Amino acid sequence: MYGKGLRPLSLITAASVALTLVAALYWAPNDAYLGFLQKIFYVHVPLAILTLCGFVAAGLMAIMHLRTRDSRWDMRSYVAIHISLIFGVTVLITGSIWARGAWGHWWVWQDPTLVSFLLVMLLYATYQPLRFAIEDPELQARYASVFAVTAGAFVPICFIVVRLAPGYVHPRTLSNINGNLPGRMQVVFYLAMISMTLLWVTLWRFEMTAKHVAAQIRRLRGLLGEEDDAQPVRRSAAPSLTHAGSPS
Amino acid sequence: MSRPRSATVVVALLRAQLRLELRTFESLPAMCLFAVTTFVLFHFGLNVFQMSSDLASGVLWVTLLLAALLGINRIYVADAEQGGFDGFLLSPAERSTMLVAKILVLLVYMAIVELVAVPAFAILLLEPSLWNAFPGLLGVLALGNLGIAVIGALVGALAVRTQARDLIGPLMSLPLLVPVLICVAGWTAPLFRYPEAVGVAVRWPLVLALYDAIFGLIAFALFDFLLED
Repeated sequence: MYGKGLRPLSLITAASVALTLVAALYWAPNDAYLGFLQKIFYVHVPLAILTLCGFVAAGLMAIMHLRTRDSRWDMRSYVAIHISLIFGVTVLITGSIWARGAWGHWWVWQDPTLVSFLLVMLLYATYQPLRFAIEDPELQARYASVFAVTAGAFVPICFIVVRLAPGYVHPRTLSNINGNLPGRMQVVFYLAMISMTLLWVTLWRFEMTAKHVAAQIRRLRGLLGEEDDAQPVRRSAAPSLTHAGSPS
Repeated sequence: MSRPRSATVVVALLRAQLRLELRTFESLPAMCLFAVTTFVLFHFGLNVFQMSSDLASGVLWVTLLLAALLGINRIYVADAEQGGFDGFLLSPAERSTMLVAKILVLLVYMAIVELVAVPAFAILLLEPSLWNAFPGLLGVLALGNLGIAVIGALVGALAVRTQARDLIGPLMSLPLLVPVLICVAGWTAPLFRYPEAVGVAVRWPLVLALYDAIFGLIAFALFDFLLED
């Protein structure tokens, strides 16, 4: 189900990411103050927005899991958090590089966006340990969903509270977009936003496909009576789809 | 069998937990001692003899938060290990009554810890007089405790069934408690200004109350899913 159309999607994603990089590096003008360094903005900002949206989406998927008890929703939520965590790490790294160039320090506490992003990442860093620490797959899925909903709600709240702390220096990107970002930069930014979204979706689909194929192989092996006794049952943070039942 | 009134169940659960604590003294003495020891650590770590304003507010609240973690880790242990959850689930009581009871337990714990820790802090480290800050401080403590209790009751239930609950609990509650810390520290700092306290910005109580309310709703909505079997 998840493998369908994955090849064209991957090709489109690869092409759009390549196009974005070329446009950002060669077509968009250099920033008057930051010069070439400002190009990191085309990677950093879309990735940050996607990470946060991914976390919130994972929370919504977790709500669906709690409502329907369908373990496929738990899998979707797990994969969404997984991909967003990877995106989030790159956001922290690119943000740090940008902060070093723009403000002279690798880390700037006065900036509420940076600080709240770190808080959100610290919270989500406990998602996998939480799953890993619960052996029973059903309990693991349920508790992980409760965590995903709580954390998903925490994302916007955290940003609001931290922003109330005085003295921030972060550029207000979205207001810049509507305000004084020159035309070409704006076009490249939207292009980057689209290509990074495609990248997120593609990676999500890839991992979902891989997990489904693995579950199906396990099921077929079971039907063949081929129990893999050689491998001991390993504890895992990844959700198991054995409860889903339906071959998708 | 008719459903018992929720208030009756909450009171029964609260009394049971407090009686358990009175018989075993598992959490409270440790929390109080931990708070006082942490003040000593701050004195040596920062090498200051007296503090005021931002520093005093931060040290007090970080200490209280860390002490709260000890309580949060323990409030569900008896329920998980000695069949408290099973007994509760067999009874016809509403599940969310347990959440309310645990929030109240944490509020009682925090109040008792603060009865020890705040005077100890005033004697050991605080430069301005506690009396001037006292009326304002009551409000901060009340709303701050509520935030700690709500998040603690939810995260404690999430962590207690895991194999590494002593790690998962604090790791999960601390990021969730940072907005509470931001508000209470910002609210307390002007109260501890030396030589004279200044007015408090209205936004801190408002934001903190809102944060407490939102997490109260989240905990209320999600708690049922943590208790079923």
